[in-house]
Formats: sequence, C-alpha cells, structure tokens
Amino acid sequence: MSSYAGSMYHGSPLLLSLLGPLTVKRIEGQPNHLLYSLVSVIADVVSAMLIRATGQNLRLAYLRSLESLDLVKQIDVSEFLCSGDIAALIYLCNPFTIVACVGLSTSPIENMAVILCLYGACSRLIPLAAFGWVIATHLSLYPAILIIPVIFLLGCGPDSPPRKLFLQRHQQKEVLNQSKLPPGFSWRPIIHFAFWAFLWSVYVLVLCGISLKQFGGLWEMFKSTYGFILTVEDLSPNIGVLWYFFAEVFEFFRNFFLIVFHVNILFMILPLAIRLRHRPCYLAFVYVAICSMLKSYPSVGDSALYLGLLGWFVNELADMQFSLFLFCGYVGVSLLSPVMHNLWIWRGTGNANFYFTTAMVYACLQIVLVVEGVSAMLNHDRKLRILITGKPQDAKS
Amino acid sequence: MALLRRPLLLLLLIVTHQFLQFRIAFGSVNEEGQKQEEFYEELLLKPLPDRKLLTHFHFQSSAPPSTSNGRHHHLFPKAISQLVLKFQVKEMELSFTQGRWNYESWGGFDPIPSSNAKPPGVELWAVFDAPQHLIDALWKNLTHTLSGLFCASINFLESSTAYSAPEWSFPPASGKLRYGTLPREAVCTENLTPWLKLLPCRDKAGISMLLDRPSIYRGFYHSQRLHLTSTGSGSEGMDPGIILEQTLTVVLQPDSQRASLAHASEKHIQPSWSLSSIFGKQISGRCVLAETSSVYFLLDKGLVAELEHIHKENEKSEENVLISEKFWNNPSFELSAKPDRIFIEESSLLSKNASVLYKFEIEKYGESEPFDLGLFWKTPVVWLCQQAPLHANRFLMGSGNERGAIAISLKSTQSSEGFMGSNSNDERCELRVDVFQVVPWYVKVYFHSLQVFVDQQPKAVSDIIEKIHVSPSKDKVSPGVMELVLTLPCSVSSAVLTIEFDKGFLHIDEYPPDANQGFDIPSAIEKSPVMSYTEVLLVPLTTPDFSMPYNVITITCTVFALYFGSLLNALRRRVAEEERFLKDKAAKKMDRIPLLLSKLSAKLRGRHLEGPQAPPASSSFINSKSVLKVILIAGLAVYWQYYFS
Repeated sequence: MSSYAGSMYHGSPLLLSLLGPLTVKRIEGQPNHLLYSLVSVIADVVSAMLIRATGQNLRLAYLRSLESLDLVKQIDVSEFLCSGDIAALIYLCNPFTIVACVGLSTSPIENMAVILCLYGACSRLIPLAAFGWVIATHLSLYPAILIIPVIFLLGCGPDSPPRKLFLQRHQQKEVLNQSKLPPGFSWRPIIHFAFWAFLWSVYVLVLCGISLKQFGGLWEMFKSTYGFILTVEDLSPNIGVLWYFFAEVFEFFRNFFLIVFHVNILFMILPLAIRLRHRPCYLAFVYVAICSMLKSYPSVGDSALYLGLLGWFVNELADMQFSLFLFCGYVGVSLLSPVMHNLWIWRGTGNANFYFTTAMVYACLQIVLVVEGVSAMLNHDRKLRILITGKPQDAKS
Repeated sequence: MALLRRPLLLLLLIVTHQFLQFRIAFGSVNEEGQKQEEFYEELLLKPLPDRKLLTHFHFQSSAPPSTSNGRHHHLFPKAISQLVLKFQVKEMELSFTQGRWNYESWGGFDPIPSSNAKPPGVELWAVFDAPQHLIDALWKNLTHTLSGLFCASINFLESSTAYSAPEWSFPPASGKLRYGTLPREAVCTENLTPWLKLLPCRDKAGISMLLDRPSIYRGFYHSQRLHLTSTGSGSEGMDPGIILEQTLTVVLQPDSQRASLAHASEKHIQPSWSLSSIFGKQISGRCVLAETSSVYFLLDKGLVAELEHIHKENEKSEENVLISEKFWNNPSFELSAKPDRIFIEESSLLSKNASVLYKFEIEKYGESEPFDLGLFWKTPVVWLCQQAPLHANRFLMGSGNERGAIAISLKSTQSSEGFMGSNSNDERCELRVDVFQVVPWYVKVYFHSLQVFVDQQPKAVSDIIEKIHVSPSKDKVSPGVMELVLTLPCSVSSAVLTIEFDKGFLHIDEYPPDANQGFDIPSAIEKSPVMSYTEVLLVPLTTPDFSMPYNVITITCTVFALYFGSLLNALRRRVAEEERFLKDKAAKKMDRIPLLLSKLSAKLRGRHLEGPQAPPASSSFINSKSVLKVILIAGLAVYWQYYFS
C-alpha cells in the first residue's frame, strides 16, 4: 500500500523508509519508541555540535573584521561571549527542543538538515551545504529560501560589517590595504553549489521515484507533501494561527488567503536580502524565524531552531530592545499554551478561542523578535560606522 | 387441516409455498402469454418475550422479463422499474429504520431479525450491472432518484465521503457494490407514504389497511425496507425481470390494560391483543389485485417448548395441544380465529423444539365480516428467543476530544450449540465471524493499532484474523473501511477488537447545525453467520467558535499586517538621516519664506537654472531632484492652464 494512501503521512518517502522501521522495531523489554527517540537525540546533539562549530567560525570572522577595521580598542573584545557555545547550549537546553524530541517529531531531523546546510556554507564545504539544502527543502519545503543566504555565504564569506565601512576606513587612513578588505563576491563557489545542489536533488528524486514506483510516482509525493503544506488541508490545532484561520475563513476566500500568507513569506525575502546581505548567517536566522512564524504547520521544533541560531549573535544583538519582555513572553506562552489546549480539547471547559489567543500571542512575540532583531542588527552596524567615522552620517548601504 | 413439514428456515417456507398455490390472474395477460406481474401480501405476527409484539408486513411484486418494462405495467410500480432500467441496478436494498433492534430479547437467529433488523436511519446498498468506471456516477444518480422518490435525504450519500465499496461483507459483487448509511436520518410518515404508493392497493385495501400511522410510529422499533432484485433477461432486447420486496417490521407494545384488569393478580402474564387493539383497524377483505393474501401467527421454538411443558404439567397427556383439534383454545392462550393451516418447522435434532406457524387466509373475510385476529393469554409464560451465536456490541473508549478507541465486543450467547455443532470439525471447532466497519474520514483510524482480546487475553492479530481488508480514509475524499474475517474457537466466551483513532478537525462549514451533539459512526456489521448490526456510535468532535470568523480573520490579518509594516519600516529606517532631517527642519523653520521664494525664482527662471539661493549644505532637503520635481509640477500646471484656456 502506498504510504500516502490514507491521509496519515505527509512526509518524505525516504524519511519513512529510514525511520519507519525504527518506530515499529522494539528492543526486548523497552518501549517501542525508544529507537526513534535515540535517533532524534543523536540528531539534536549533532545539530548542537554543528551550531557550535559554526558559531566559533562566525565569532572568528567577526573578530577578524573588527581587527581590520581597527575597532578592537574601541569595542572591548574580552567581553565577547563565546557565541558558538552559547548557541549550542541554547539549542540543547531549550525546552522546545526537548519537547520536540519527547513528542517524537521529525523536526530534529529537519533542523539538522538546515544546520548542516548553514554549517557547510560557513565552512565552505560546498557539497555538504548543497546536501543540507536539498534535504531540508525535500523534508519541509520552506528551507528552500535559505538558498539566498547560502549564496551570500559562499560568495562573500561569513558575517561581517558592511563592505562600505571597510572602504571608508581605508579612505580615512588613505592606505588601501587590499589584504585587509573582505573578499568581493565570487561566482565560482556558487556555480559549484548549483552543480552539487542539482546532483543531490536528482539523487533524492530518483530515490523517491524508486520507492514510489508502484504508487503513482513522484507526482503523488509532491501532491501529498508540498501540496499538503501549501494548501493547509489539516486543521488540527498547532502553535501557529493558520489552522484556526483556515477553519474559520469562508470557503470563497480560502485560496486568496492561502496566496496572501505564502506570499507574505516571499515578499520579505528581497528587502531583507538587500539590507542584510553582508550578514548571510543572520539573514538565514531571520528567514528561518519568518518561516516558522508563517508556515502552514509550525511546531515548537522550528522555534527551537531559530532560538538556537539566535545564540550566534549574542554579541551583536546585545543592545536588542524588549529582550526581557520577549523572554517572559516565550515562557508565559509555553506555559499557558498547553494549559489552554488541555482546557479546550481534554476537559471541554475552555473553547477554541482560549487556545487561539495563546497562538496569537506567540505569533506576536515572534514578530517582535524578528523586527527587533533586524533593527538591533542594523543599529549594531550603525554603531560600528559611528565608531569608524566618529559622527553620525548618512548611510545609504 | 394440513400438516406440512418444511425445511428449516421459515421465511423460505413463506416465500416458496405461495408458488404452489393456485394462481388467479388479476392484471391482464401479456400478449405473448408469458408470466404476468404478480403481487403477494402477507403479515406475520409473533409475540416477543418482553411483552411486545412483532408485526412484519411483507409485500412482494414481481415483473417478469418483458419488452415493455418501464413503459407499461399492470401491478408493478413503474417508478421502480424505470429506476432499475436507468441505473442498471442488479440488486438493491434500502431501509428506513427508527429505533434499535433488541438482539438480546427479540432474538437474532430467526430469519426475520437477521434479514430485517437494520441499523437506525437509512441504509442503502446497491449492486450495479455496469462497467466499473460508471458505477460511482450511477450510484450518485441513484441516490438522488431515491431521495426524490422517498422524500428522504438519501442524496447525502452521493458524496464520496459517505459511501464505500465493501469487498466481501455483502453479496459478492466484484467491486460493483456500493454501501452507504445515514445514521441520523429521521424516519417518519413522509417516508412511509411514498413507500405505500408502490403497492397496487396502497393502504386502501388488504393487509396494508392496518398501517395506521400513529400506532406504527408509537412502536419501539420500525423498519421499512425495500429490496429489489433484477433477474437477467432471457433473450436480447428484453428488459430484466424485477422482484420487489417491501417489508415493514414494527415492534409494538400491546395495550395491556384489559389483561391487567382481568388478571390483576397475575403481573407476569403476557398482554393480550387483537389486530384492532394494536392498530385500531381490522382487515376488511384482501387486496383484490393480490395473488394471495394471508396472515401468519408464529410461535417460536422457545415459546412452543414452554407451552408444551406447561400443558404437560397440567394435563399429563401426551397429545400435542398446539396442533390438536382444539388448539386455538388451549389452556395457555386462546386465538380468536380458526387458522386454515398449521406449519411446523422441521427440526432434525429435537422435534420438541420446533416453531409453529398458523396461517389465516384473508380471502374468506370481507366487509361484512372483517378479519381481526386476537390472542388472549390465560397463563403467564416466560421464554427466550433464539439467539445468534455471538452478540455484538460496540463502544467508544478514552476521553477528551483528541483521540479515542473503538471497541467491538463479541459475546457468546451459548444458546446455539446445535448451530456450532453443525459447523465443527472433529478436532477443532471454529467460528467464522465477518466484521465490517466504515468510519468517516474525520475519525482517523490507526489500523496498525488493531488489538484482539479473546476471553480477556490479548492475542496476536495474525492468530485470530484470517483475512483483513483495509482501505484507509482520505481527508474529505473517502471514508475508512475495514473488513475482517475472524476465526474464533467455539468455546470462546468473549472477543474484543479495539482500534485507536484520532479525531479530526473540520472546517466551520462542515459541522452540522448542532455540532456539539457529535458525529455518528455508522453501525458495524457482524456476521456469524447471521447478520447483526451494532449500535451507532456518537463521537463528540472539538468545535471551533462558530461566531468568530470575522474576529479571527481581522485579528490575524492585523497581526500579519503589523509584522509586514514594522519589518519593512525597520529595514528602510535610517537613524542618522532622520536625526539630521529633524535638525535641518528646526534650523530651516525660520527661513521658510526665503526658501519658497528661491523655489519660485528657480521656477520662473526656467528649467536650467537651479536655485542659487539654496544653500549647498542643505542639499538633502532641496536638492536637484526636488527642484526638478517642482519644475515638473509647475510645467504641468502651466500646460493645464493653457490647455483649458
């Protein structure tokens, strides 16, 4: 029987053939979900290690750029936190990660694919980056937009202050030291990446095609994975707001709103890419956060991912506004949301609006986080520029 | 007095004996001298152990294969014939039922309950004689036609979420059978009237005269059924012959006032009744169009055994009173009319346990002397109806609105050793049970979670289940179907099947008007080998707030608009520029008039001249771009002026 025969499974056929047996097989005397829980724990640990390595990479790049801008004296580098360790710790100790793992969700594996992609791009392992990107896209579609940060990462290297600052700095000093300038955009690794991405996607599609040969082939897979994501067919409550929206919206407007919500993701890609092109990792974080906010079936695993990635930028985002408010909000929502769900579904004393309210608050918190995060990062760049030029100046970058 | 010994099944007996009888041709003769259209009417009365009375009306019309079917009929309803021809129906059964057949006290092994006990609401199944790809379309059209014909919402079975195609639970049809139920359909007199219209005499003459609406719908259970079979035409160009069977089964509580008055001391005595007391009417003559018109009175096995036992105790005589000359007035009960025939069921095992059937011909009665059968009980009798080997129940497990489990429990009634013995081998006695279960798509069943408990012990599924066919539900497309063939040892006392499910969440429009009442899961069918239906399950589903669509839409859209706006704002904001803009504004507040003047002069001097008065420092405020804009607007204004003047 096809794995898509009932409306039960909407994931990748490869994931099912790899993990499906694990959920059935059991070790003597142990519960039968033990093997899969082990897999997700391993995936989380691997993700944390990759986050740490990438974070260290980013920190080094940041220090190097500060050095080349001669700002080491002005900014106290010794106060810098080790962002890689912090990010990895946030990812591992986040209750969301633990909950996603306990709930036997597939998000640890999806998150690992995303992190693999970013790690590969940061450490210039192009095949690995392409693999991570293809798998992440194959598993949950939304990471497809990470191709933009990956291209910037491969083209100009990891996060650094705007290139213009370097030029200004060197103009001031009137010594144009080419070696201290960050490298310009190079197309070679990108073509490499495209080649590898093509190779991996053909590989994945062929594998899927083989496993679904008897059951309608690839079209069946696209229809019940990507189609299911794009049309929001399942209206079961999740921590997002779209399930309730589409349960309530008039059938006549359904298609319109489907387009609106998906275009909402696509719409912000370009402005963010223009404004944050010198910080591709941060761009990736913002994209991941936006996706987890607007995606059809969000889960706490998605939040675990972007909160982990947020740890990379503790130094840059030190001046972020509302951080205490956000922290309290996240704690409050994660405590209230299960309570409201329980009241509504299990006890029948609450109604759907109770739970929807917590989902709405959660969406607002994510919005505040994204907006404040982006402005904090822009302010950080401004601060660097002020340090260099010594006065506020018109910045067109 | 004719004593006939007939095969085991009584119904078979009822149906077959009619063909032996002399036929009087009402209805005109076919020009080719073939078989004519025929109509039979029968009524069966049977006392039930729990002081109730089963009345079972049976009407049968048949049309032989002919070339004029669907165009001209003498007795056969034209609507049905056209329906059969148009939708190529091979076999079809439609039932409207209100109430639930009580298998425990009304029996489950007699031919009458096994073929007439139906699930509550509407049940429809049909076998089509058409190519596979046409069947779904034919089914949809058939449901609409029947819906119009019987004033019922059978058209809701049109949607693919409402019907299924069982593989082996019904007559084998190689995928040409469709099955659907509407458990919540309310059945009432508006469904009975069109059903009666199919009879040649309607309810104006014959047995159907008894169908007094208030008394029928006061009953505990009533089920009207329509079963039609089309027999293949013998030759080309001939339309198929059709046999239409209409039955109405009603379980009534006879008014026991008279009995309680007469025997105030005897509380356990069965209530006495007569046709006029239960229906308020009598049969004043038969339907003249009917070949035969007869009323049967059935005493089932258990009752006969009990009566004989009582009689022997009292009289100590060896003679069987029930079939003796004065049987209608024996020590236990008294019949108000003398039957024309008595049939005794032939039983190979124990001749004592045979049910007795009294037949009354209606031909003898007329307007002057209406037929009114009455039964007057003299002594209290307690007996049990014959049970099916297994008694099926179904219930829900779990709480909350997220998940649950369906359990089907089969309990052995231990009452049909004879049946089991007939099915047993020398070493192993096995009981074969078919279970058929349809679940709507919003009850998302996990078929892997099927568990079997035999005598409270969990058993491996593969040991018990001989054959399984599962078609999982598809959201908003098709229901889930599960067909099982179980083999249980005969000594089993109980078997329970459990299967877990998740509850789905529907769109606001998909909920019925009273959403909080819950959703019905249609009855499961258990066949061992007598068919019985389980209870309808009521599954409460989580409901959204039905009054909220506008609020949800506006709040969500507002939040996302805020996100979009504030993020774009954060991206395009330039703090330094803003600061300077404000500073400039404060500085320039004083000399706004010179600024305007400078603009004016610039405009007056022509396009090539840029404002020399404008200080170069404030280039961000009045730069060449804004000057150009001003010039452009001025030019437009001048052009406009000239054009209109």
